[in-house]
Parts: sequence; C-alpha cells; structure tokens
Amino acid sequence: MRFIFSQYGEPEMVVAEVRVELKKGVADPEGKNTLKALELLGFEGLKDVKTIKVFEIHLDGQSGEAEKRVDEMCRRLLANPVIHNYSIRIK
Amino acid sequence: MKASHVKVCVLRIEGTNCEEESYLAFKRLGTKPEKVHLKQLTGTDVTPEEKRSLADYQILVLPGGFSAGDYVRAGAIFAARMKSRLAKDLVEFVRAGKPVLGICNGFQILVETGLLPAMSGEMTEIPEAVLGTNDSARFECRPTLLRKVNRGSCVFTSRIPPEKISLIPSAHAEGKLMFPLDRSKQIVKELEDNDQIVFKYVDPEGNLSGYPWCPNGSTDNIAGICNREGNVFGLMPHPERVFFRFTHPDWTRSPDGPGDGRAVFESVLDYVTRKE
Repeated sequence: MRFIFSQYGEPEMVVAEVRVELKKGVADPEGKNTLKALELLGFEGLKDVKTIKVFEIHLDGQSGEAEKRVDEMCRRLLANPVIHNYSIRIK
Repeated sequence: MKASHVKVCVLRIEGTNCEEESYLAFKRLGTKPEKVHLKQLTGTDVTPEEKRSLADYQILVLPGGFSAGDYVRAGAIFAARMKSRLAKDLVEFVRAGKPVLGICNGFQILVETGLLPAMSGEMTEIPEAVLGTNDSARFECRPTLLRKVNRGSCVFTSRIPPEKISLIPSAHAEGKLMFPLDRSKQIVKELEDNDQIVFKYVDPEGNLSGYPWCPNGSTDNIAGICNREGNVFGLMPHPERVFFRFTHPDWTRSPDGPGDGRAVFESVLDYVTRKE
C-alpha cells in the first residue's frame, strides 16, 4: 500500500489567499466612513483607510495548477473587473 | 395574446424579499404570475411536479431583496447560480425578444450576469458594469424622482411620456452604477447612442442633481438601463411599491389615479400582448 501511495504521491492540499481590492480612483465610501469614525474616536495622523476583502480558499492540487483555478474563480465570481483588482497568494 | 394567458416568472432564491409585490402587480393586471424558486428551473432538489421550464413563461422578473445575503457582492451569487445552469435558457429567452425585468437586487443580478448593459451580445461572460456602494456608504431608503430619458427602445416604459418625472422609491446600499473608469465617458455616450439609458435621478425641476436627489452617486445620475433591443430592463428604484396611488407618500395631497410605477407593468404587458 505504501508503495502505491508513494508512486502516485499523497494528494496535496493548497491554501490560496485572495485579496480583492478596489482599483485606484474608485471611491471607497466604507473606508472613508471608517476613517471618519476613527478620527472621531481621537486617533490622529490617519492618512487613509481602505477596505479590502480577503478570501481563504482550501483546495486540492499542486500550487501552480491551483493558482490557475483560483484565478478563474476570481474572474467568474470573486471580483468584478470594473472596480476590482485581485491578487492571489498560495500559502 | 390575451393578458390572462401571459405567464410571468417571478424568480427568487433565499434572501429575495420583494417577490410578493412584484407578483401582485402582475396579478392585478390580469396576467398569470408565479413565484418560482431558481431550483425549480434548474431542477435540483425538487419533485417532478415542482419543476418548471423558463421557456414556458412570457416575462421574467428578478425581484428585489438581498439574495444570498449579498455575499461577495450584491447579486453575485444569484448571478453565478443562474449562469452555471441556466445560461443557455436565459440567452434563448432574451434572443426571443421576451422581456426581462430586474428591480433593485434584480438589477444588480442582471449586471453581474452580464445581461446588462450587454453592449456586445445578449450576455457577456464578464460584467461590463457594477452597482457599487452608495457614495454615502449607507442604505438609502426614500422616495426618489426619475425622469424618463429613453427615446422609445425600452419596452417597459412605452406608456410613460418622454421627460415625465415619476416618483418611485429607492431602497438600496449598492446602487451606484459604474463602468470601467478609464472608458466611463465613452461607454455612457455609447449607451446614449444605443438608447439604452431609461431613467435618471432628478430634482423636482427635472435637473440632474447630486445628493440627496441622486441617492447613490451613480454615473450621470443613471437609475435604470436596458439592453440594445430594449427587452431587458434593470433599475434600482422599486416601481412595484407605487403600483397604487395610496402608497405614494403624498397621496392625500395629489389627484387620484394609478401609482407612478404601474405604467412599467402596463407597458410590458402591452408589448407582450401585442407581440403574439
């Protein structure tokens, strides 16, 4: 049994982290409101607050091929190319 | 085709919450509306008796609400689920010239699905626009004034005179229609040339004004758009909420008559009954 497993390799598990953020120039009202609230709480010297969404995706496969699949996920659901940039990091 | 033969599919999933008013608007006009769950069209987890086919309906309505909890982006999950199993049926429905109406969350779904603005083909693979967070970063819920700017392409507004200002309430947190920033002006121009812009937010004099008249900061104050053929229409405000005059906020001070939203439903019924 051991022989068979090592021959085909243990099934690999990959964790991909997807960051979806607004493109430069797209208004971020949620970030701006948060900034205002933080200033009201007395925090000084704040330059900007941005909201960014992070998805952690656990999936089977090798990291190279997994990245391709996650990219497809971003294209088809996680990001809207009109306002979003996304980046993928395989952990 | 007689109104009583017109079957309307009011499509819902979990989190849809305006299906009742949309259903009743069509019911009141004498058509045969039906509240249909998406699973009944895709045939998953339903009995044979519950199964439905999109092709059996003359009108498709995507009502408002918070489908799938607005997770990922408003309308994105509903859109992904529709696209995964119904893409072909949807394209056939639109290609046949059958009307599709998306109200509020329904508009967000149409944009995420690529059925609007659909500047290249019936349904684009990737969204060409987005309904982003309101500039105020709040849920804006109140009466809004809409001026009809469509020159006649949209089958949902034929009964509304040009330039008429209608009072139709808005209730959304993500209603800011945006296009890719670098090409935004050019896209709006193209939409105008194609007669795809239907309603704009205005002040009582009919001018394009900022907040609060425009509740969300939408590009060029656009409140609703249609596809090139005019049979797919999406808007953020809720015409089904002002079907009757008595649901207008100023109804005791205004003359009797139908609510401002009623014309949207009557127009599309005109189109369908005349068509076949």
